[in-house]
Amino acid sequence: MVLVPLFDIVYEAFRRGGAVLFEGGFLTDVPPNACSQLSCQTVGIGPDIVGSVPVIGLASAIAVPIGVLAAIFAAEYRTRGVGRAVSFVADVLTGVPSITLGAFVYSFFVLYDPRLVVSALTGGLALSLVMVPIVTRSTEEALRLVPSSTREAALALGISKWKTSLRIVLLTSLPGTATGVLLAVSRAAGEAAPLLFTAGGSLVYFQGWDRPTAALPLLIYQFALSPYANQQKVAWGATLFLLLLVLSVNVGSRAVIRRLKRRMGHN
Amino acid sequence: MCPSTPPSAGAGDQHRIDPMLMAGTPGAQRTRAPSRWADLGFFVVVAIAGAAVVVLALALVGVLLYNARASIGAFGFRYLYGVTWSPNGNIYGVVPFVAGTLITSAIALALAIPLALGSAVFLATRAPSWLRGAFGTAVELLAAIPSVIYGLWGLIVLHPYMAQTVEPALQRYLSWTGLFRGTSIGLDLLTAGVILAVMTVPTITAVSRDAMASVPAAQREAALSLGATNWETTRMAVLPYSRSGIVGGVMLGLGRALGETMAVVMVIGGADRLPTPLLSQGQTVASLIANELASNNGPLQYSAVLEAGLVLLLIAIGVNAGARLLVGRVFRITGGPVEWAARPARKAAASTTQVVAKS
Repeated sequence: MVLVPLFDIVYEAFRRGGAVLFEGGFLTDVPPNACSQLSCQTVGIGPDIVGSVPVIGLASAIAVPIGVLAAIFAAEYRTRGVGRAVSFVADVLTGVPSITLGAFVYSFFVLYDPRLVVSALTGGLALSLVMVPIVTRSTEEALRLVPSSTREAALALGISKWKTSLRIVLLTSLPGTATGVLLAVSRAAGEAAPLLFTAGGSLVYFQGWDRPTAALPLLIYQFALSPYANQQKVAWGATLFLLLLVLSVNVGSRAVIRRLKRRMGHN
Repeated sequence: MCPSTPPSAGAGDQHRIDPMLMAGTPGAQRTRAPSRWADLGFFVVVAIAGAAVVVLALALVGVLLYNARASIGAFGFRYLYGVTWSPNGNIYGVVPFVAGTLITSAIALALAIPLALGSAVFLATRAPSWLRGAFGTAVELLAAIPSVIYGLWGLIVLHPYMAQTVEPALQRYLSWTGLFRGTSIGLDLLTAGVILAVMTVPTITAVSRDAMASVPAAQREAALSLGATNWETTRMAVLPYSRSGIVGGVMLGLGRALGETMAVVMVIGGADRLPTPLLSQGQTVASLIANELASNNGPLQYSAVLEAGLVLLLIAIGVNAGARLLVGRVFRITGGPVEWAARPARKAAASTTQVVAKS
């Protein structure tokens, strides 16, 4: 009963989007304009796939270093209460509605530089805010799976704290950290709410950091509300693409995490 | 590395190298001094990153507060109990949207809690271990689906079903409750609540499964040995023990339902008036922001929308902080899900955090 929606969503995505997704050129062509005739071509989602890359890339470039370093602070300096506080704040931030993160970036840039409000730049910033707490929390979990005997062994050999943290603890937890980052990226890839006011959406290919850019979830949102059959069809094709992407990343990373836990003796 | 190992630290239980102990060793002098600066530098770098996370949280509140100052100045507390939201009259009160958020979240929880607790009990106590793994993975995948896809599914698949089948049936059989007046168009609070229920079930299931599984086996066995049936054991030994974990899971689910935007905005209809339950078009705080933040009806509306964002943010922070404290407490008392995971089947500790990260 609980799983009916999962199967139905996957089923509907395949039924309505399957034929479109595997049409030649769907992944590279530009999205269709509104068109009501039956002869309308369903074309592609190329700009949205390409447009997601710089936005998510910028978000990761900001969020991964900050998140990983904050996680090291939270996990390796945990004895000081501050580390615990950071992990609690990150935890609470994962629960902040992503629309408020979008509104935050939007209203900040309205004050700072109105010309940049709707652009790939602010889109990336908004998504990085979504990613930072997730990266922090999952990295911290991964770091804490590293047995403290490993740390103590390194410190007992006279290796300094920073080398221990970076080259031994972080390296040991690298598979866990990397899958955590991957999960955060897949989460960001599906987020539409923070991009509504920031990336803005567009029907053409990426045009620069200061211009509005297309993104898959925005396309799905816009075309889902479209009354035209060809645009709805494209929305379903894009849905199937995004669904396959997100679900495969999740299945894969969960398998890695599970194996990792067993190896570390936690399971 | 041998020369830098202080001879006096030979005792096996020495956790850290005390710099004072190393002072006497000639070889240590060279490696120690730079590494202490490096350690300090490293601490500063990670502390800055840690602080950045905290600053981000404060900036979030600060910027929204700053931008909402026009609306706060114009309406004061009237904003919080005003029932009119009128861009034409330039009067803004947030009550219709808070009501929309609360009603949809209440529908979601009312539908999701029985389903989620049922499956959590099943997963934690009755399911064979292969099914436990598969079901657990599927529930977590449900949490991973982007919300805009739930929205599309809600709009194209669920909406006609609600409009043609569910809502007419509710109107026919439950009209005496007075809850189902209006026309069954399918784009209303009820449909939004159903979508939110689908989205919150995985969160509640995963967290309460972990809480139930952390009940010590001795507790369960004691009840069974007193002749309790399986159901009585669950009710009297498992549920009370894991109660605060379950409540925490429900609050995490609530946090997700309160802030959900994309799925809601696509099915709720978007009407800026006080909703009448349950078949009326409405607006949640999140969908209000999505629909009206960039609508350019003047600075006062902009400011009022951002104040609504602030209200939503504070509600969400409160609910989430409460949930974390409850979930954290139950796992501290019981020694955490890790202890449990060591024994029965696989499913393990971090699943809570992962689902949490999704929500």
